[in-house]
Amino acid sequence: MCAMIEVEDLTKWYGHTLALDRASFTVQEGQIVGFLGPNGAGKSTTLRILTGYLPASSGQARVNGHDVFLESLDVRRSIGYMPENVPLYPEMRVQEYLRFRAGLKDVPASKRAATADRVIERCWLTDVRRRLIGQLSKGFRQRVGLAEALIADPKVLILDEPTIGLDPAQIQATRELIRSLGRKHTVLLSSHILPEVEKTCDHLVIIAQGTIAAVGTIEELREGLADRQRIVLEVHPGTGGDGPAEVTRALGQVDGVGDVRHEDAGDGWLRVLATPARGADPREALHGMVTQRRWRLREMSRETPTLEELYVRITAGEAGAGPRTAA
Amino acid sequence: MDKVLLLARREISGYFVSPIAYVAMALFLVISGFFFALSDFRPGAPAAMRSIFDIMMIILVFVLPIVTMRSLSEEQKSGTIETLLTAPVTDVQVVLAKFLGSWIFFLAVLAPTMIYVVLLALFAEPEVGPIASGYLGLALLGALYVAVGLFASSLTRNQIIAAVVGFVILLVLAMVGPWLGALAPPPWRDIIQNASIRVHYLDFTQGVVDVVHVIYFVAVTMYALFLTVKVLESRRWR
Repeated sequence: MCAMIEVEDLTKWYGHTLALDRASFTVQEGQIVGFLGPNGAGKSTTLRILTGYLPASSGQARVNGHDVFLESLDVRRSIGYMPENVPLYPEMRVQEYLRFRAGLKDVPASKRAATADRVIERCWLTDVRRRLIGQLSKGFRQRVGLAEALIADPKVLILDEPTIGLDPAQIQATRELIRSLGRKHTVLLSSHILPEVEKTCDHLVIIAQGTIAAVGTIEELREGLADRQRIVLEVHPGTGGDGPAEVTRALGQVDGVGDVRHEDAGDGWLRVLATPARGADPREALHGMVTQRRWRLREMSRETPTLEELYVRITAGEAGAGPRTAA
Repeated sequence: MDKVLLLARREISGYFVSPIAYVAMALFLVISGFFFALSDFRPGAPAAMRSIFDIMMIILVFVLPIVTMRSLSEEQKSGTIETLLTAPVTDVQVVLAKFLGSWIFFLAVLAPTMIYVVLLALFAEPEVGPIASGYLGLALLGALYVAVGLFASSLTRNQIIAAVVGFVILLVLAMVGPWLGALAPPPWRDIIQNASIRVHYLDFTQGVVDVVHVIYFVAVTMYALFLTVKVLESRRWR
């Protein structure tokens, strides 16, 4: 396995606006990587730099071992790129367009028809192959864009928001198509919707405000989140005279419990939020402490933040919200 | 070169499915036909096409920017410029192909005017020399106009602005230039006259093919194409 896409300290200024701030990440060969971030986080900018459409202000990026700025043509030969909103020529027919693009991408003249047929079949375009692109629905246009990206059998596929604007059935189909591509191609696809990439990709790169906030496989990110779980207890100190401060102090001394906070839950009940130490599960010990003190307990539960919550916190700009910051 | 031809072919077929190109074509043929009937095709006039070649220089100032306005503007507006420039083609290839496509379309528009030659031949014996050199002049003139129009359309994503910018540049080169030159003091007069299109074009209509004039048209055309390439490249540092 070798690195197909290497991004190092990539920075992009648009005039005085910083669009991308020292972004670094790597995509290994054969991975399907989701490039996740809210609108305006710098996703399209990064993808445009990788495809050689825009230059970076500073930093380096390599695709398939070629520098995107110095060896732009080599990079472009190894990439299939589907830009956001899938720009196409409305006056061309699907088959005609795909053959034309095959020619642009160095497919020899004798093989263009066969190559176009192959991707037409692969992207379920057989029924519309002779239709004008301008008359196609959004879903079909999206598939034409995907077929175009695939046409020269590129090593790397870069797809900017490939499923935006599609209906659920089409999203499902596109997802399956992309998953099946992962075996032969390296795929980097951007999205601002987490469930979308969760279902398609095995790796995630989360970007917010031009900075890479988190990188890893979905499992790694989940494990990282396990450290951020909380245990919630609802305790009544009873008539023993223990105040809220005493409850917090006592529970805080239980083995494997880190930070403890409490809030009033009404009628003398306390809602205690205990953060366990890394890797510890102090639930039984907490229960032991409660019974030992003869307090009453009406609830104990464990809350693990979901990736969705993590993503929302990252996009809301919470500093250090990522379980793993980019190296 | 393969890719230039491939792109140019797409460009030309793009013209033949766009209504604007047909409108421009009709406009050119109607107006030039009208002037042909009025000036060259009448009893007593010499069996030549001198006046119509002269008038075409003016008509094309208005018509060709309409033909070339969508060339790069439309690509920028619809975003297809992104797929085009991220394909393994160089900016030079793209500009050359756009130029060739529009120029060949112009030659196709010019072809029906050959009927004037046939009409003249029916009633008299037209001189072949000046007519051939006139068409050569028109082909060179068209190349220059197309290159300027292409440059204008690289500047903006708005087709109307592209047409107007192209039209203004050509107007200065073809018409305002000679007029200004006539007013300017002597040393400037020659310079301005020689920089404008008319001086170089008129000899062709009179049957003279001077290498200096050919060089003028080729050089200005190449300079406009060079500027277009630079505008495309400028996205890299803008």
